[in-house]
Amino acid sequence: MNQLLYFFSFPNVQYALIVGVLIALCSSLLGVTLVLKRFSFIGDGLSHVAFGALAIAMVLKLTNDMLIVLPITVVTAILLLRTGQNAKIKGDASLAMLSVGALALGYLIINMFAKSANISGDVCSTLFGSTSILTLSSADVWICGIMSVLVIVLFLVFYRQIFAVTFDENFATATGVRANLYNLLIAVITALVIVVAMNLVGSLLISALVIFPALSAMRVFKNFKAVILCSAVISTVAAFLGIVLSMIGKGAPVGSAIVAVNIVVFLIFSLIGRIRGGK
Amino acid sequence: MAQLICKELALGYDGKTVAEHISFQVNKGDYLCIVGENGSGKSTLVKTLLHLKKPLSGTMEFGDGLTQKMIGYLPQQTVVQRDFPASVKEIVLSGCLNRGGFRPFYSKEEKELARETMEKMGITHLANRCYRELSGGQQQRVLLARALCATREVLLLDEPVAGLDPKVTKEMYELIARLNREDGITIIMVSHDIAAAIRYASHILHVSREPLFFGPTEDYLKTPTGKAFAEMGGEQE
Ligand SMILES: Nc1ncnc2c1ncn2[C@@H]1O[C@H](COP(=O)(O)OP(=O)(O)OP(=O)(O)O)[C@@H](O)[C@H]1O
Ligand SMILES: [Mg+2]
Repeated sequence: MNQLLYFFSFPNVQYALIVGVLIALCSSLLGVTLVLKRFSFIGDGLSHVAFGALAIAMVLKLTNDMLIVLPITVVTAILLLRTGQNAKIKGDASLAMLSVGALALGYLIINMFAKSANISGDVCSTLFGSTSILTLSSADVWICGIMSVLVIVLFLVFYRQIFAVTFDENFATATGVRANLYNLLIAVITALVIVVAMNLVGSLLISALVIFPALSAMRVFKNFKAVILCSAVISTVAAFLGIVLSMIGKGAPVGSAIVAVNIVVFLIFSLIGRIRGGK
Repeated sequence: MAQLICKELALGYDGKTVAEHISFQVNKGDYLCIVGENGSGKSTLVKTLLHLKKPLSGTMEFGDGLTQKMIGYLPQQTVVQRDFPASVKEIVLSGCLNRGGFRPFYSKEEKELARETMEKMGITHLANRCYRELSGGQQQRVLLARALCATREVLLLDEPVAGLDPKVTKEMYELIARLNREDGITIIMVSHDIAAAIRYASHILHVSREPLFFGPTEDYLKTPTGKAFAEMGGEQE
């Protein structure tokens, strides 16, 4: 216990806790909608797009590759999500297509134009985050904090619209609700969260944070509000526990620890769901 | 003054015409039944009336103070995923969304409206159940309750009785007829059940590639198709 308190006195650890928990909260709020809209893999898909964009930045010899990576990823996310239920190609398929396509093209571009590049390093950084969660700066914490407040406020204000658009987009449009607008809103905040989080904690963790809490909550709860609340709680608790665990088990990577906790929670909730359903 | 006026509508997808020369109008309190064989464009017409789709040509106008926000809609098939976690109450309430306001939660009046509507549809005891665990007939009632929360004026129903057993079908028809009679809600309904259409509807629109009918139900019975259907319907009963 004393050892834990000692760890918590480091600003780096505090930053990691704040950022980890905030990102977990945001992604779990969006996660329910994303999973239900068949966009579970958006984190993964976007990271591949980011890799493709990175390749382009490399070829163009840009010093600040974020200038090109950020806009391309955000625009892709918006294009993907905006179409909603009426898309000709469904969410999962278009995501898979895009993700594989971007990876292949990115790899192709790098090999053709920038032979000297450190490819494995860059792939690794898009997967696991460009910085370790334990080396975040206070600026990162600020960015993350502002983004989280924005996401939470938007989510609260537009909660009813988000439900309506996720549940039945056509009905919403038919009765005069501007579903396209709200789809766009969801797309924009998703893109923001994922792109920011991808840089801080890596796309592997963000994918897990989108999928696991939502699915766990859906095992047990059967109404939208309860699922949202439950997945937010699961996600924040799991993020906190994961970070603490990785402190105790010296050297355990933070991201993997968080995912591991989420897997355990999922198993427990599946069990509870089974027992409840079987009664 | 008519609530809805359509003139020379042509419907289709990607430039291919499905049905054309559709002209009709709906007045307040009408009960219009849209009939026609599979693939004749009934659902397409409904989607056009709901602005989910643009007509290829022709015009469609709301009148009598009607706006998009005063329309309730019961889809032919809802693309609700099997695993969607939503309670009956949440779904019915979501029908109130077009009443506007930037509150994150529904107001007292809206909750009251949802409660009354659920009562009217006889689904109060299901309020906290999960939608996907209900039977087809129960689900249909939930969606009808949601549609009613969205409107006091016009209700568009696309095959509301598809897949329901004869008893529930009859109840559903009675329910819709009562809404029309007692609450003065204009009904526009797609149906394959010509017998029921003739019994309940005040007007009939027969959609097909070319020969079309629009007019009061009595006149429809005098047309060759109407006669044929009426005889068929008569035999069934
Ligand atoms: N999304 C679509 N894209 C292209 N063509 C379509 C689409 N939806 C329907 N169609 C075509 O439009 C025609 C009319 O379809 P519609 O769904 O309006 O028929 P319907 O009268 O409602 O039939 P049913 O009685 O089976 O419900 C059909 O020939 C169908 O193949
Ligand atoms: Mg149809």
